Amino acid sequence: MISKELEVLNRAGIHARPAAEIAKKASGYSSDIFLSRDTMKINAKSIMGVITLGATYKTKLICTCSGEDENEAMKGMEDLFLSRFEEK
Amino acid sequence: MGNGAFPFFIMLWYNPAMSEFTVLDLLDLDLKEHNLLQLTCIAGRSGLSRVIENSKISRPGLALTGYFTGFSGSSIQLIGRGEEAYIDELESRNEYGNIDKLFSYHMPCIIFIGDYKPSDHFKELAEKNATAILATPLESSSFSRRLYSMLDEVFAETMTIHGVLVEVFGIGVLITGHSGVGKSETALELIERGHRLISDDTVKLRNISDNYLIGSGENPMLAHHMEIRGIGIINLTNLFGVGAIREKKQVQLSVCLEEWNSQKEYDRIGDSITDTFLGITIPKIVIPVRPGRNIPMLIETAARNERLKKLGYYSAKEFDQNVLKWLESEAARKMYFSSDDIGESDFDQ
Repeated sequence: MISKELEVLNRAGIHARPAAEIAKKASGYSSDIFLSRDTMKINAKSIMGVITLGATYKTKLICTCSGEDENEAMKGMEDLFLSRFEEK
Repeated sequence: MGNGAFPFFIMLWYNPAMSEFTVLDLLDLDLKEHNLLQLTCIAGRSGLSRVIENSKISRPGLALTGYFTGFSGSSIQLIGRGEEAYIDELESRNEYGNIDKLFSYHMPCIIFIGDYKPSDHFKELAEKNATAILATPLESSSFSRRLYSMLDEVFAETMTIHGVLVEVFGIGVLITGHSGVGKSETALELIERGHRLISDDTVKLRNISDNYLIGSGENPMLAHHMEIRGIGIINLTNLFGVGAIREKKQVQLSVCLEEWNSQKEYDRIGDSITDTFLGITIPKIVIPVRPGRNIPMLIETAARNERLKKLGYYSAKEFDQNVLKWLESEAARKMYFSSDDIGESDFDQ
């Protein structure tokens, strides 16, 4: 199991479209991927869950991956956050 | 409320994940009719941002007499009629020492019962120390009951889990399972059959006084929406009407959906396995998913069975008892009759 802090870099925060991107990306890995913020720990493969995090610009989320392809999954999630979900 | 008090009409909801619970949250709580605290702030408004750290309510009677040993200064202070009369008496004698000392504690707020009006000196102290003074027209017994039950909920241990919470025949059913196993579709079918959705995808569980679990959506603004693969995000209140939703519900049954595994032994009799959340144990059933199995119908049956159990009828146990009784009587008969006799006497019964 590995975990890393990821920061939301797009101005609009995680709304429906970025959430869908995250869920889509996460579903591509067999590992369990969780995003947590304070007491909330949410499955990254669920769109509604990711939206519920209420992550705004500069919010830091802890991403936890566990499973066979955890390293690839973490890399994928990190790249996605760094790409600002193709937004400003 | 017409006495110059400042009522708070702004309706915010309290979201523990966002911030800590402050005095302002206490004033803003969106409680249902019979739970209304009817609080107004009469002084010390700059103290409204103070954080309430524990769920205790302290009655500062002894502290006012000067006995501060064991005084719980970090709790909400509730001043009832007795203490109010005592404060009046202290002030009429110009003895402000204990009152001043009271304010030196970092209290979240002071709440006065009834229509008591604190003296200007008291209000000044509140302003100076940035301690909010609140008032409620309720009696202390009924007010503390409401406040306690509310604080119990706010300070309850919580956890967020990935699953769907639906109410089926009055039983709160928590459906869990890997993503893509069909939780949301199952819930949708249940709603179609007239049951209610509490939350999809993320369920916040709260341990209420180590007694029972309350499940609700994480965020009231986003609740009652569902993401269905291939359709997108849908609003259930608009699609099915208010009858199809609920805000919160006690979780009484855990249903785990998993992909059919021919190697695994599933429960064939129904002598309950259990699940534990936040230290509270609830019955659990594991339903293997396979094309052609009607999962919503299975969940309905499980919920009916659960209600039956609550009424004292355990289908599995009772069935087993009947089998035992029957085997016993059969054995007893065998002792008296030969096998030929039994064959003939069957017609007589």
